[in-house]
Amino acid sequence: MSEPRKLLQGSTGDWEVVVGLEVHAQVTSKSKLFSGASAEYGAGPNENVSLVDAAMPGMLPVINKYCVEQAIRTGLGLNAKINLWSRFDRKNYFYPDLPQGYQISQYKDPIVGEGEIEVELDSGETIKVGIERLHLEQDAGKSIHDLAPKESYVDLNRSGVALMEIVSKPDMRSAEEGSAYFSKLRSIVRYLGTCDGNMEEGSMRADVNVSVCRAGNYDKFRETGDFKFLGTRTETKNVNSIRYVKQVIDYEARRQVEVLESGGTIDQETRLFDVKSGTTRTMRSKEDAHDYRYFPDPDLLPLELDAAWVEEIRAGLPELPDQKKHRFMSEYGLSAYDALVLAADKANAAYFEEVAKGRDGKLAANWVTVELFGALNKEGKTIAESPVSAARLGGLIDLIKDGVISGKIAKDVFALMFTGEETGDPADIVEKRGLKQVTDTGAIEKVVDEIIAANPKQVEQVKEKPKTMGWFVGQVMQKTGGKANPQAVNDILKKKLGVE
Amino acid sequence: MAGPADMKLAELRDALKKKEVTSLEATDAYLARMDKAKALNAYVIDTADKARDMAKASDAKLTKGEGGDLEGVPLGIKDLFCTEGVQTTAGSHMLGGFAPRYESTVTANLWRDGAVCLGKLNMDEFAMGSSNETSYYGNVINPWRRNDGGNADLTPGGSSGGSAASVAARLCAAATATDTGGSIRQPASLTGTVGVKPTYGRCSRWGIVAFASSLDQAGPIAQDVRDAAIMLKSMAGHDPKDSTSIDCPVPDYEAVLGQSVKGLKIGVPKEYRIDGMPEEIEKLWAEGVQWMKDAGCEIVDISLPLTKYALPVYYIVAPAEASSNLARYDGVKYGLRASEFKDITSMYENTRAEGFGNEVKRRILIGTYVLSAGYYDAYYLRAQKVRKKIFDEFTDAFSKVDLILTPSAPSAAFGLGEKSDDPVQMYLNDVFTVTANLAGLPGASVPAGLDKQGLPLGLQLLAKPFDEETMFKGMYALEQAANFTARPNEWWG
Repeated sequence: MSEPRKLLQGSTGDWEVVVGLEVHAQVTSKSKLFSGASAEYGAGPNENVSLVDAAMPGMLPVINKYCVEQAIRTGLGLNAKINLWSRFDRKNYFYPDLPQGYQISQYKDPIVGEGEIEVELDSGETIKVGIERLHLEQDAGKSIHDLAPKESYVDLNRSGVALMEIVSKPDMRSAEEGSAYFSKLRSIVRYLGTCDGNMEEGSMRADVNVSVCRAGNYDKFRETGDFKFLGTRTETKNVNSIRYVKQVIDYEARRQVEVLESGGTIDQETRLFDVKSGTTRTMRSKEDAHDYRYFPDPDLLPLELDAAWVEEIRAGLPELPDQKKHRFMSEYGLSAYDALVLAADKANAAYFEEVAKGRDGKLAANWVTVELFGALNKEGKTIAESPVSAARLGGLIDLIKDGVISGKIAKDVFALMFTGEETGDPADIVEKRGLKQVTDTGAIEKVVDEIIAANPKQVEQVKEKPKTMGWFVGQVMQKTGGKANPQAVNDILKKKLGVE
Repeated sequence: MAGPADMKLAELRDALKKKEVTSLEATDAYLARMDKAKALNAYVIDTADKARDMAKASDAKLTKGEGGDLEGVPLGIKDLFCTEGVQTTAGSHMLGGFAPRYESTVTANLWRDGAVCLGKLNMDEFAMGSSNETSYYGNVINPWRRNDGGNADLTPGGSSGGSAASVAARLCAAATATDTGGSIRQPASLTGTVGVKPTYGRCSRWGIVAFASSLDQAGPIAQDVRDAAIMLKSMAGHDPKDSTSIDCPVPDYEAVLGQSVKGLKIGVPKEYRIDGMPEEIEKLWAEGVQWMKDAGCEIVDISLPLTKYALPVYYIVAPAEASSNLARYDGVKYGLRASEFKDITSMYENTRAEGFGNEVKRRILIGTYVLSAGYYDAYYLRAQKVRKKIFDEFTDAFSKVDLILTPSAPSAAFGLGEKSDDPVQMYLNDVFTVTANLAGLPGASVPAGLDKQGLPLGLQLLAKPFDEETMFKGMYALEQAANFTARPNEWWG
């Protein structure tokens, strides 16, 4: 089998880390999973609550077809099996923000079965992560304990909002892999438009399962499928950023190795992540675990899907990040890295494609990823807020390609456009500011002749060290205000200085 | 001369259309009679003002020759149906004073057709019981008394005891009821009324306080078969708000009454002859078979060997669903909240301890147990498998017969307190009726005779899913042959 990818060194030997994620992604939908109430974020307390969401006596759930469609779309995007027959179950427990006294979820028969996605790591390596299942379920409301000293309040706006729980296989082997998977999942659901991926609003959160085992045991697990080769796992709940996922895995792996090496045991337990300290702590142990008394919800019929409808949804799927990445590589000749960076976000990819259309793809990618992303990052802006439209950036690149300006001048023009100092067409800016390249060889020859005449020492030196010709280029550029065509300058200098 | 409150529903309906009587006159007559019948405890509350307003509105339509199928007809509503702005308690302290801001689909259908709401009818708490003794608001008393001169108070059956008693005592033209394991048919049998539990999915469950979602079904209790047919037509219909409601047309059940039953195959299952069943019931059953034969039906002996498992299966499935359905009564949002508690757990505990009666608690405990980890497979899952087999057994039987004829209940009305100490004895009341709920079939009880103590006994007809029309044909034939005209003495007023 494969070599252990990531080893954690302990004082008694090497350990391997095994990671699995359960991601809750809020379905992008106008209304809730089983009621017509609005699922929109940010309304006043209890404004988006229907009789069903408040579990009034005699109220019944009715499935929202659009949410089902979104789950199917996500399943297809995860290259997963769509189960044409699935069922909703009740998960019973008491909590004030759970009005029914049970959550409607899918237990034994989820709508989406096994799948697999590609995950790119910073190293450039690509791993495959298996999807165990995806199921639909209701979100709970929110309990608020800090409004009054002796009272608690309940906001049911989220009660009944549709969630997809996406469960991975224990295929990730490091903090980097875990966070890269989370990031890729977010990219996929955002592409599909099935979840907005907005972590600050709680639209996406992960329960992070971590265990450690002795080096080599993971492969035995893979060979046999026997979980006894893996260590006892802990589950850290509600981790809501890519960075925190990484921190949780790092912390938990190190903590577990320390506990085991000092003769302790790992309890199968639920833990909480403390953002401030970057550590996890026990939330509840296995002994305190609820008996949820799952059983099929008798208020709902089994969910039976028409295979033709699933195919219709498949046919309407947008191009996904992986497909787009591969197309960018073949169509525009981009490197895997540039293609990934551009394809990861739908809006970025669309911007790039507009710039690249009919132009040099590599040059376009370079301008978008280096100049534009660099400037945007510095300002903390997204692509949608870019002061430079794709059409204007394309126009700028055209000026370079046509030899009207040099790359260096183009950067100056870009800076003027980005700061908003210049709002016009790049060609007009160049014209107005007199930045056009000098391609008149006579004019350049004249400048070159002057410089050669004034610097005999350097002329001698360049014959010994041809690389010092750069100094002459610099001088020419200085005298022409950077407007001389670099190719022409080079050609003339070579000829006059006798450099090969 | 007989007043409007002495008429059958069909007669009153016709008299109203012909303007021989006004809805307000009928409504006032019923309200006056309800006032005198407080001893029966059939109503939890009356809605006199609302009733008169509705009656006046109906009269305005009737005067113009307009109005729906039930225009101006005063009805009683089981307190399990949510009624907008009107207290809906489900017979429980837990929902004391709870007035929903919505109207159940079934009652909304009745008001759409012009019916008038007289009040809310007493029932076993959350529809759990067969004698009405579990109601927080006191038990209903059966209008019928034994002819032994003892004047013992008898049960009207349950859980729709208020519905059955009010129809038997003519405290409404007809009543709504619900049936989870026999809660329409058993009280109908014990009160000499007609009770119909339609096919699961025929009536919407939306707005009916849930007991066991996969078994609950609304239906009417009425004075005769025609009245029941008229009621069901208004109550039934597809409702997109209930995922288990079936989208199929509602036939005119009244139109089939009197149609010939000649050639219908009537199945008689030997397994419904149980130990300890009174001889009179056996005799009545045999009589019923003969009546159907005389009407031209073909009698077919059939076997439903799984019948003996129906009751145990029911007492796993129903409590399991109930334990989950009743979790919402937690003191957080509406209804009762205990006044004393120190934290959220004790708030739940104290609220539910105060709010629920013993029978409800017993079923919540049973239901919680059978769904627990380690017991789910042995109880709930196995019960569901047997339930499926019971359904298959009926499907097979109905490939050979059109209707099945059985007794409705294993005994006539019994004395209050006689069975309340022994839950298993009480549960046996449903032995003939639970099968239809487990299989989702339509079933009805028709009064067929009196026992030697002068108490009414009913016979049950079961039909294929959504074949209520054939069931009504059979019921009508049975009714004609039985010619049941006995009425209780009005000792209460």
